[in-house]
Amino acid sequence: MIAEGKKRIWKDYQKEIADDRYYYARSCVRQNFFPGSEAAFLKILREELGKNVFDDPAHTSCTGIGYHADVVPLETTMTVIARQFALMTEAGYQNFVPSCITSFGLYSEIIETWHHFPETLEKTRKYLKQATGREFEIPDNLAHASDVIYKFRKEIGEKGKYRLVNHNTGEPLKIVEHIGCHYSKMFPHKGVGGAEYPYVLVGMIEEWGGEVVDYPERRHCCGFGFRQYAVKANRGYSLSCSHKKFESMEPYHPDAILTNCPGCPYFFDRWQYAISELEGKTYGENGFGIPVLTYEEMAGIVLGYDPWELGMQLHQVSVEPFLEKIGFPYDPEQKYKGKYGQDLGKPKVPEFLKVCC
Amino acid sequence: MEERIAIIGGGIAGLETASQLSKKGFDVVVLEKKQITGGHVEQWHQVFPDFRDASEVLKNWNQHEISGQIKIGIDITNINKTNGLFQIELRDGEQITANAVVIASGFDLFDAHKKEEYGYGIYDNVITSAELESFFNRKREYLIKSGKTPQRIGIIHCVGSRDEKVGNPYCSKVCCITGVKQAIELKEIYPQAEVFCFYMDLRMFGLNYEDIYKEAQEKYGIQFIRGRLSETSELQDGTVLLKVEDTLAGKPLKLSVDLVVLLVGMVKGSVNNELKKWLGIELDLFGFIKPPDAILQPNVTNVPGVFLAGACSSPKNIGDTVNDARSAVLAVEKYFNHLKG
Repeated sequence: MIAEGKKRIWKDYQKEIADDRYYYARSCVRQNFFPGSEAAFLKILREELGKNVFDDPAHTSCTGIGYHADVVPLETTMTVIARQFALMTEAGYQNFVPSCITSFGLYSEIIETWHHFPETLEKTRKYLKQATGREFEIPDNLAHASDVIYKFRKEIGEKGKYRLVNHNTGEPLKIVEHIGCHYSKMFPHKGVGGAEYPYVLVGMIEEWGGEVVDYPERRHCCGFGFRQYAVKANRGYSLSCSHKKFESMEPYHPDAILTNCPGCPYFFDRWQYAISELEGKTYGENGFGIPVLTYEEMAGIVLGYDPWELGMQLHQVSVEPFLEKIGFPYDPEQKYKGKYGQDLGKPKVPEFLKVCC
Repeated sequence: MEERIAIIGGGIAGLETASQLSKKGFDVVVLEKKQITGGHVEQWHQVFPDFRDASEVLKNWNQHEISGQIKIGIDITNINKTNGLFQIELRDGEQITANAVVIASGFDLFDAHKKEEYGYGIYDNVITSAELESFFNRKREYLIKSGKTPQRIGIIHCVGSRDEKVGNPYCSKVCCITGVKQAIELKEIYPQAEVFCFYMDLRMFGLNYEDIYKEAQEKYGIQFIRGRLSETSELQDGTVLLKVEDTLAGKPLKLSVDLVVLLVGMVKGSVNNELKKWLGIELDLFGFIKPPDAILQPNVTNVPGVFLAGACSSPKNIGDTVNDARSAVLAVEKYFNHLKG
């Protein structure tokens, strides 16, 4: 591997990321899959970095899943997205930050379409006005939430209490990263580092002390493709995508998987359980799985946030081996306690996948 | 004869043009930006179809016979046409006056870095066809970084040619046969190695090309797989994993090889844009210099007194380049005869 070669490519794919005053558009599925991640994003930006973020309860889905599944027409998608931008405009913001990779890809695609086919922009303005009476401005800056964390990775690292380093050996943890297909595969120049050797997550891992592991199937889809998992008959394809990646990363013995997209961490996490049940195979150390973290969770852990506050007890693959490696103290008794200390009950223990309960 | 012809480029097109014009009594000056003449051929080891040493081909141009001058290490900063004369300004302050200019500035090789997914400049054992020629020439001790003898080699055709994604939908003409030639040369050095050529089409248009292709399969056992490379990745042992679509079998294919050779195509010469600015010549969609009539007058431009020779106007092999240079000489001669009435 020629490190300089990657650095040269990364230089070619830098993007402007606004410094402050963000209009935050949440993801439809993340709040169910990993509810602590978006809360952590807001906490990090507001409390650690002192940024102004508007978390608007009035925005809706971007229609991404329906759009990619061909059940929502393009004109409808454009109009819905125009409404999101109208809400941003009305709130006095110009910097749009979606939490979801698919939304980010879709916003990029629609803005690009409006740029190249101005008549579609005019139509959309007309439709939105007719339907809602609203008007909108196209954002000055569109950045995915991970771009924002990437931008402030140094500040987070400086404030951090923990490094991605094995506290027993002093060795950097080996981490594989997965950016999600819709982040930059459609528009390489809209992602930090481009599409082939993306840097957005690599930059965080390196800044926080870890070592990035490149593996042969790094670019492959995680299996969250909407036509794969949403259609029950295709779910085997979804599982086989994740399986292919686990088999490819296994020889490198990664300590964690860092993800960017709403679906990727979910599928990497849950399919490790499914594979263990189907094949009796696990990919982590000593019968555990490989812990899967969102970038907000990883930033939160670096900053010393309580893993259970971050919602990491909702992971199927236990994160405790990861926490122990970096010397992060946690209270196992609090793992399944509710906000007021009530017992939430423990999940069933899988037959093959070792978990901490 | 007093007419002076400035020839921009000292590759085979420029040398042949200079040689033939000189024989006809013109005063020529060859302006070469590198410190050595011979262009890309100078870097090559053997040439198709007869596997002759490229150095032997270059010996054809005995530069002492050229009556004018060959200037190397030349950096042109401007060209003006005033009163029918071309004033060529050089970086060192020298000014050259000529009655006509022959552009023989050739082509550049496609920058393989642009096909990021192929891993050139990222993975140790991904090289270009030009670098392979350099290996053949220098007889380096080892070809792959680990120093081990390659057991499997993948040659990728059409890198930067017939590729709309990089903006080059045209065919570079010489890469197919170059790939076959290089595959044979590799088999001669490493007889035990398996060599795979991944191609889109094999365009064996030249005399004997088809024979070489057949020999590559029958005598050397080189395997030709019709398929497009989608991406490469590096395995732990430094070998390169190829993901290919086998378009005959209609199936995806994965193969790990010790070495990947990218057959880089021809792209417009980097000087073409400046020549356009200085001289007012026209470029085609892909930046090659455009003659007003590519079929009947391939060597003239829209600017009287400015002529074209070789691959500056389109991809050409050595034979075509030599013929094109001779054709350019006829065009130059016709131009001066016409001026004299």
